[in-house]
Amino acid sequence: MGLIFKGFKGKGTFPRGIHPQEQKHFSADSAIEVLPAPENVLLPLLQNIGAPCESIVKPKQNVCYGEVVAESKALISASIHAPISGRVMKESVTTLPNARHVPAIPIKAEGKQLEGTDLWDDIFGGEWPKKFNGEFTPKDINKMIDDAGIVGLGGAAFPTYVKITFNRKKPVDTLLINGCECEPYLTPDYRVMLEAPEPVITGAVLAGIATGAKDIIICIEKNKPAAIDLIRKKAEGTNIKVAVLKTKYPQGSERHLIMAVLKKIVPLGSLPADVGTVVSNVGTIAAVARAVLKKKPLTHRVVTVTGGGIKNPKNLLIPIGVSYGELIEYCGGLTSNAARVLSGGPMMGFAFTDFNMPITKGTGGITLLTHEDMEKAKETNCIRCGKCVDVCPMHLIPAKLAQAAKYKNVELAEKYDILACMDSGCCGYICPAKIPLVQLIRMGKAMVQAKRKNRME
Amino acid sequence: MPEKEQKTKIENPEISMIPHIQVASSPHFLNPSLTTKKMMMDVLIALVPVIGMAIYFFRLYAVKQILICLASCLLAEAIFMKMRKKSFSLFDCSAAITGLILGLSLPGPAPWYVGVIGSFVAMGIGKIIFGGIGMNLFNPAMVGRAFVMISFAGVMAASGYVDSTSMVDAVSMATPLNAFKQSGISTAIFDLFMGFTNGSPGEVSAIACILGGLYLCLRRTVSWEIPVSLLGTVIIIGSFFDFLSPQEGWTLFHHLFGGALLFGAFFIATDPVTSPLTPLGKIVFGVGTGALIMLLRIFSGYPEGVMFAVLLMNGVTPLINRWVPHRTLGAQHYRS
Ligand code: SF4
Ligand code: SF4
Repeated sequence: MGLIFKGFKGKGTFPRGIHPQEQKHFSADSAIEVLPAPENVLLPLLQNIGAPCESIVKPKQNVCYGEVVAESKALISASIHAPISGRVMKESVTTLPNARHVPAIPIKAEGKQLEGTDLWDDIFGGEWPKKFNGEFTPKDINKMIDDAGIVGLGGAAFPTYVKITFNRKKPVDTLLINGCECEPYLTPDYRVMLEAPEPVITGAVLAGIATGAKDIIICIEKNKPAAIDLIRKKAEGTNIKVAVLKTKYPQGSERHLIMAVLKKIVPLGSLPADVGTVVSNVGTIAAVARAVLKKKPLTHRVVTVTGGGIKNPKNLLIPIGVSYGELIEYCGGLTSNAARVLSGGPMMGFAFTDFNMPITKGTGGITLLTHEDMEKAKETNCIRCGKCVDVCPMHLIPAKLAQAAKYKNVELAEKYDILACMDSGCCGYICPAKIPLVQLIRMGKAMVQAKRKNRME
Repeated sequence: MPEKEQKTKIENPEISMIPHIQVASSPHFLNPSLTTKKMMMDVLIALVPVIGMAIYFFRLYAVKQILICLASCLLAEAIFMKMRKKSFSLFDCSAAITGLILGLSLPGPAPWYVGVIGSFVAMGIGKIIFGGIGMNLFNPAMVGRAFVMISFAGVMAASGYVDSTSMVDAVSMATPLNAFKQSGISTAIFDLFMGFTNGSPGEVSAIACILGGLYLCLRRTVSWEIPVSLLGTVIIIGSFFDFLSPQEGWTLFHHLFGGALLFGAFFIATDPVTSPLTPLGKIVFGVGTGALIMLLRIFSGYPEGVMFAVLLMNGVTPLINRWVPHRTLGAQHYRS
C-alpha cells in the first residue's frame, strides 16, 4: 500500500483504477538489443499530436543519418529526421495503427550505416554530467529539443518542446519524470532505466533548468525494484528525488501521476502546466539529454516486442520508421497460436493486421496476444453492477456513457463528460457483462465532437 | 492520393499469411475472473449456509418451498423466453437465484400454489416484461412475494408461518417479531442469532446470512456500500429508540438479528440490477432502505418491512441514479 510514501504530498496512489496482470516477465529481463540497420524505413509525416510535417526532401535525394527530412511551421509539431543514411524514394501513403492515413517518406539504405555497439554508444554512451553551471540557458535547451523533433515516447507523442519550456505566466515548480510504465507487458522504459540511467538523470537535470522547476521527481512503480535502486544511486549528488508508487493501472497517466505524487488535481480541460507541473517520460528525457549534449535528433527509440504470440520476446533499440513486420521477424516470428497483434500494450494499444506499417516515435512496443489471452465470455445485458464506475480513473459513469452512445443521445453523453474519458480501458476490463464499453464510448466521443464542430460552423 | 503498394513487402510467408489475426477495439485484455455468470454463481455459493440452516430448522417445509420456487422460476423463465423468441438464459443462473430467494422468503407451511404463482409473477412481471436480465426495475423475487402477500393475505400473514400441529419445532411457534407485537414476548438474542425461531426459512439464521453476506462483500460480488449503509442506518435508528425507551423488550439486537433484515441487507437489497450505479448512490439507497425498514417496523401494522422497503427503494433507484451528485475527476462542479 502507499502507506509509507514519505517526502511527498500525495499518497503514492490514486483512487479507482485496476490491477491487471502485469505480464512483464516476457521481456523484463532481456537486455536491449540493437536492431541491425534495416534496408528501408518509412517515415510517416505525422508522428505527433498536433500538426503534420511537410517533406523538405525530393525523391532520389541522398540524406545522411540525422538529417531533417520533414518539418512544420505550426506551433505544435515536431520535425522528422532520417534514422539511416540513404536515398529518398517517392512519397507514399501509409495507414497508422490508429487508422489514420498519412503521407510518408520512404528511405532506402545506402552506404555505411551506424550499427551495433557504435549505434548504442552514439545514443546512450559517453559522458553524462549531472551538474551544469550555466552552459545552457532555458531558451537554448528548449530550442535544441525543438530541433531534435522530440515527442513524448510514452505513447501520447505530444511535442516535448511545448512542455519543457520556461513560461513566465505559468511557472513550473515540479518536474515529474514518468517511469511508471503501468501498461501491462511493455518494458522499454524499465530497460532504459536499467541500462541507460545516466542520460535519464542528465536529461532530468537539463529539463529542470529549462522549465525552472525546483523539484525534480522520478516516479517509478513499486514492481520495478531494480530500477528504483539504480536510479536512486545514480541520482546521488543531484537534487532529484525518486518516488516509489503503488503498482496500479493507469498510474502512468499524467493526471493520475500528479495526483499520486503531488496531491494536485488537474482541472478538466487543463494541462499539467496549469497546476505548475510538467510530466515527461524517462525515454523522452533521455532523448532530451542526447539532443542537448550531443546535438543529436530523435531517430531511434527502444521498443518491446512481447507477449505469448512471439517466439523470442525482446527489447530492441530500433530506428524509427522500420516496419512492424521486420521487428516481428527479428524476434523469431509469430507462434502458431498468435491471435492479435497490437501496437502498444493491451490496455490502450491498437490492433492491426498490416505488418508493413512503420513504427512511429510514440510506439512503445508490439504486443502479440494468443488465442488463450483472447478467450472471452459471452456478452450479456448490463447488470448495472457499477463496477465500471468503481474503476474509472476519470470518475465517469461508463455504463451511462456507453448507453448514451448506443442510443445516439449526444446531450446525455455531453452531460456526463464523455470527452473526459482517457480511453484507459479500465471499464471494459472489469465489466462482468463483457460489454464493449470503450468502443461504445469512443463512438460517443466522435458523435459529440462532430456535433461541436457543426455548432462552430 | 491513392494508396500505394509499399516496397517494404515482407518476404517471409510465415508472417504475411497468418490466417486468423483479429482486430478489435482496446482493451485487449479482459478480467477473466469476472463474468455475469460467475457473479451469479457466487451468489449461489453464498446462499449455501442460508439454505443449509433453513433445511436444518424447517426440514421438509424448507425443502418443499425452495424446490417449488426454484423449479417454477426456471420453468417460467424458459416459457417466457420462448415466447419472446430469445435464447433461454437458464445458465446465467439469475432465474435460479430469484427462485431460491423467493423460496427462502415464503412461509414454510404456505401451500404449493403460492410458490408457483409467486414464481411466475416474479419472472413474468418482475423481470421479463421489462426486457430480461439487467432491465428490470424491481427485484423480481420481491415482486413475486409482494404479489402473493396481497393475493393470499391469510397464508402470508404472521399466522401463516405457524403450523401448530407440526412435528418441526420451528414452525409450531409464533414468529419473533409478531410474538412481540401481539403479546410482548421477546425472544432470546442467541436464538435469533442462530435461528431457533420461526420465520421465512431463509431469514431465521442471522449467522448464516452474515457468513454468506461477508463472502459476497469480500469477493466484491456485491457492493459493500449497500449492506454497510443499510445496517448502519438500522443501528443508528435502533439505538435511538433503545435510548428513548430502554425498558422495551425489543432492543437493537432484536432488530438486527430478527426478521428478514440481514437476509434482505445482504441478498435482496444488493441485487445489482435494481440498485444504483455509483458508490454514493448505493449509500443513499442503503440508508433509504434501512430507514424505511425501521419506519415500517416501528410504526406500521406489518411486523416486517424489508420487502416493502426494498421495493420502494427499487422504485426510486432511477431517480437516485439521476440526482445523486457525481463529479468527474478535475471537474469544477458536481453534476447532478
Ligand atoms: S461494469 Fe458492465 S455490467 Fe456493470 S454497470 Fe458497468 S457496464 Fe453494466
Ligand atoms: S475508458 Fe474512459 S470511461 Fe472507461 S474507465 Fe477509462 S476513462 Fe473511464
